[in-house]
Amino acid sequence: MEFGPHLILALIEGSVQAAVLALTAVGLSLVFGVMRVVNVAHGEFYMLGAVLAWLISTQIAGHPALGFAAALIIAPLVVGAIAAAADLSILKRVDYDPEATIVATIGILYILQQVVLMTYGPEARPVEAPFNTRIALPWLEGGEIVYPWGFGTTTYKLAVIGAAAAILTTLWLVLSRSKAGLMMRATQLDREMALAFGLPVERIYAVVFGAGAALAALAAVLIVPIQQAHYLMGAEPLLLAFIVVIIGGLGSLRGTIVAAILIGLSDGIVSVFFSPTLAKILSTLLVAMVLVFRPQGLFGQRRA
Amino acid sequence: MSRVLLLHGGLIALLAALHFVLPPYHHGNLARIMVLSVYAMGYNVMFGYTGLLSLGHALFFAAGMYGMGLAVSLGGFGGAIALGAGLAAAFSVAAITGLLALRTAGVQLMIVTLMFAQAGYLTVLYFGEVTRGDEGFVVDQTARMIAGLDLRNEAVRYWAALLAFGLTLGGTLGLVLSPFGHVLIAIRENEERARMLGYDVWRYKFVAFVISGTISGAAGALYGLLFGYVGASFAAVPYSIFPLLWVLLGGAGTVLGPFVGTLFMFYLIDISSGLTSAYLIVVGIALVLLILFARAGLMGELRRRVMPWLP
Repeated sequence: MEFGPHLILALIEGSVQAAVLALTAVGLSLVFGVMRVVNVAHGEFYMLGAVLAWLISTQIAGHPALGFAAALIIAPLVVGAIAAAADLSILKRVDYDPEATIVATIGILYILQQVVLMTYGPEARPVEAPFNTRIALPWLEGGEIVYPWGFGTTTYKLAVIGAAAAILTTLWLVLSRSKAGLMMRATQLDREMALAFGLPVERIYAVVFGAGAALAALAAVLIVPIQQAHYLMGAEPLLLAFIVVIIGGLGSLRGTIVAAILIGLSDGIVSVFFSPTLAKILSTLLVAMVLVFRPQGLFGQRRA
Repeated sequence: MSRVLLLHGGLIALLAALHFVLPPYHHGNLARIMVLSVYAMGYNVMFGYTGLLSLGHALFFAAGMYGMGLAVSLGGFGGAIALGAGLAAAFSVAAITGLLALRTAGVQLMIVTLMFAQAGYLTVLYFGEVTRGDEGFVVDQTARMIAGLDLRNEAVRYWAALLAFGLTLGGTLGLVLSPFGHVLIAIRENEERARMLGYDVWRYKFVAFVISGTISGAAGALYGLLFGYVGASFAAVPYSIFPLLWVLLGGAGTVLGPFVGTLFMFYLIDISSGLTSAYLIVVGIALVLLILFARAGLMGELRRRVMPWLP
């Protein structure tokens, strides 16, 4: 295969990456935006979503689509409930102090990860995709349309991209149009004032923390037919989500999505053509430099 | 003052006495704990006394360790020079990251240090031909000698660990009792006020950062030299979390806290890893419980309740 088809394949892979990354990072960004805390356990909620997807899909007999659909609904709800419980029992009690919250969520990270290791075990397990038809892609060669061998994608990958777009649109509608979204934005703007107006800020925090984790779990359910569920799978999305949220400007949802597309695509392209380790070193250092020299992110507004 | 000296000198004397009575297994453990508490004490200078929370100290620990290990494996140097190379590596890495990272504060400092450490870990993996990545390498046996003393011998190893421990304990004690240390504590308590009083806050933070990183690197170099193994796992995230956990458990901002925390956590992990392969759950539970109920740590609580003079 030549350069052109390679690039298009990299773009498609990158888009799938970007879609899943956008969901994960928006969850992290939502929590940071409203609650002003960094959730280091975010990657473990993602991992929990994938493991639950495996558990649910193996419990339900019949067509794989049935089990997958059930996982798509149940896994985010369960993960969201666990996160909300962690918020009420731990984070609320350290009063959302930024540094204490990071230490506490590191603790939650290890607890979740090790509990999964004890119960689910160290194996990586696949989840069957609900549908997975190969699509061969055409390519123009010497004026003729050809279908190069190995050049193609699957319906499922395209569906992941579509699903992520639909979920993000729904989230945007909820945040900008619904009453719950209004309450979240009010809390984000001024916590004291929201309290003074009688908003149940504690409950809003729990819901936001749960929703952020549920988004990560949703992303994991979508990706698990392509990758596999494993108890250590949370580290990579956590780091990437961090990078995306920082580049996009902490707490800015629009910036987060733009950055997710940027990072997801370039990650897909770079890892096709370069050593993935070197790419990761450079992107990690780049992000550190962004934080050092432009702490409001590339797209964020400088806060007064 | 005299009771401070008595307490800290007493600990060193107790550790020296333990050399003669401990069974081999615990004797070896204690040597490890002493070297690891050097790491924790280095971390404590920055976190406990200056109030700067770093999530990337594994970078300095590993810089010291690899500086030492590579001086042996690539340069063919002996133990003493290799140890010096480790110190120099940790010092330079700490100075460069400090220069950059201290432009940020609070949560951003945590993330920046985390990112730097992650980049360091990936660099170790990237140069796998030299570092042998996750697998690591064994430090050449002939290099594990300093001044004719064979560091493979368990007794020599114990005394070397105790010497490093004593030096660091005395050094940090002297540091926090000195005017310089008081300024660090002032910065921790109220940075704005320290600045208003005319202190060049950035310079103090930078010096604390470099001291902290260099001590951590010294611990890494010594750990590699005494126990003969250098590996990428020492550069990974858990080794950035451990000193935080040790210091939190023992008591941040107390001179003895790092040792007490390391001692407790070492045995907690030792016991639980005998019970389950998921022993890191102990780390998680300890972190959550500490942050919820005892943020001052063991020595911090002791200082609050019984011994207000504890440095």
